[in-house]
Amino acid sequence: MKRAAFDNRWLPILLLLPQLSIICLFFYWPAWQALRSSFFLQDPFGFGETFVGWANYTRLWTSSEYLKNAGFTAIFSLSVTGLSLAIALLLAVKADTVLRGAKTYRTLLMWVYAVAPPMAGFIALILFNQRWGPMTDFFAMFGWDLQVRLDYFDTGFVMVVASVWKQIPVNFIFFLSGLQSIPRAVREAALIDNASGFSRFWTVTFPLLAPTGFFLLIINITYSLFDTFGLIDTILRNNPGDNPVTLVYQVYLDGFRGQDIGGSSAQSVVLMVLVLALTIMQFRLVERRIHYT
Amino acid sequence: MADLTQTAPARTTRSPIRWASVLDHAILIAGAALMIVPLLMMLQMSTIPDAQVMQHGPSLQIGGEFWDNLRKALFQSMSFSGETTGLTMFRNSLILGLGFAIGKIVVAMLAAYGIVYFRLRFATLAFWLIFTTLLLPLEVRIVPSYEITQKLGLLNSWTGLIVPLIASATATFFFRQYFMSVPEELVEAARIDGAGPVRFFIDILVPLSRTMIAAMFIIMFVYGWNQYLWPLMVSTQEDKVTLVQGIKQITQSLEGNHIPEYGRSNVLALLAVLPPVLVVLFFQRWFVKGLTESDK
Repeated sequence: MKRAAFDNRWLPILLLLPQLSIICLFFYWPAWQALRSSFFLQDPFGFGETFVGWANYTRLWTSSEYLKNAGFTAIFSLSVTGLSLAIALLLAVKADTVLRGAKTYRTLLMWVYAVAPPMAGFIALILFNQRWGPMTDFFAMFGWDLQVRLDYFDTGFVMVVASVWKQIPVNFIFFLSGLQSIPRAVREAALIDNASGFSRFWTVTFPLLAPTGFFLLIINITYSLFDTFGLIDTILRNNPGDNPVTLVYQVYLDGFRGQDIGGSSAQSVVLMVLVLALTIMQFRLVERRIHYT
Repeated sequence: MADLTQTAPARTTRSPIRWASVLDHAILIAGAALMIVPLLMMLQMSTIPDAQVMQHGPSLQIGGEFWDNLRKALFQSMSFSGETTGLTMFRNSLILGLGFAIGKIVVAMLAAYGIVYFRLRFATLAFWLIFTTLLLPLEVRIVPSYEITQKLGLLNSWTGLIVPLIASATATFFFRQYFMSVPEELVEAARIDGAGPVRFFIDILVPLSRTMIAAMFIIMFVYGWNQYLWPLMVSTQEDKVTLVQGIKQITQSLEGNHIPEYGRSNVLALLAVLPPVLVVLFFQRWFVKGLTESDK
């Protein structure tokens, strides 16, 4: 807090009022509603509700559909996070080493940040078009007959590709700014000690980038869990059928299409706990990050 | 940043490094192509007749249909609606983008000012209340949020589309962090000159935060323009459909027995993609600064 603060009594409350009232009305109240509803079973026609305890939760663990989607979500998140981090790191390291055109590459590699996830889904649908999609043609050369929305695995694959494409730029920007904040003296010392670029990367650059990487890990998991909703919705064209969906998508399906408020709320609570765990992890890592830098 | 990229590695050993640098460039060019080719492909598809796209998909040929498709995309109403044209959707996206950016910045700056510059008994509580919202992304509280908006009668209104989402922990921290780095002598000087808190905020702090505001504005504009799930639920009336939201109807309209309107769809998709991309490109430096500093 500032030493030379103002003494006004009501003004700060007034200043905080917009933020706090929106938060209470549209964050805490809905969250509380979700928590509460998760212990009730709602009448589909709006005639009251019954307290059912943990039934909505146990229903989740015994639902083969939920478990299947949970499994898909885990694989999806790991693939998206792993691939987009790896590709972005490679590109950032290269963009940091080249002498010519570094700025141009940086620009060309980061603009996709501004593309909305549903638009990435739209682009994926063109690339993987059944009849003439360039990517479908490409994989056909290897004997893989890709069928988006008809084949469970293929649909999941296209979702991963589109999500990775959309996420590379963010990771690239952070990795590059992390690389550029490595002091010149450290780089030069490493250069003298170590002739091979490869071992220089693993012994010097990579450990120094680790804090950025940890931080991005959490950001990417969160992205793949939540922000990919629009992308998945576009690829599925409003009609999930037997295709893979993430847990967030299922909350939407059960809550809005299925009118299963209790079940959907229980799923929301599970996701909230997941975000809580991720945030705690992030906190710990950010603390360590401050130590490094 | 620029000088750091020009550290000395290349000079010492010239010939072996050159091949490595060719490889570096090859990787970067491949990466850049990966990013830009899909967009060029959409552009190409909007220049050739729809029947040709339906037969062969994208190709290397540039046709002459682009302006006609642009005209159709902007002024002809969509097949799924009566009055909604690309231009209306563009306007709606712009309202959402600007509404989010301005709303979030105003709300966050006021809150950060309140927390940093005043002796407030519940400042820590307020801080934590704002902070904890990071645990509650829209997607996990979507159903109850919708119900509350419905109860308040805000469905199909700009207020309902914008206000529920303009509380922002990220922006508040961003400004809090910045305000804390502003020298305290400034407040003292302002007080000696007789400026009150309102005056200090408007005449000194806001002009001082110009760069920070610009950085946040870019990020939040992109965020607002790209909103999908919330508009999808809150605005069911076609007059408020945004471009990003409309992409759902556009893809659905591509499924038909007759010749789908690929040209027009691709122009609409480009209209949805390009404005936020251009904003990010034009204000690249501020954008990178805002992004890498707000998430710390």
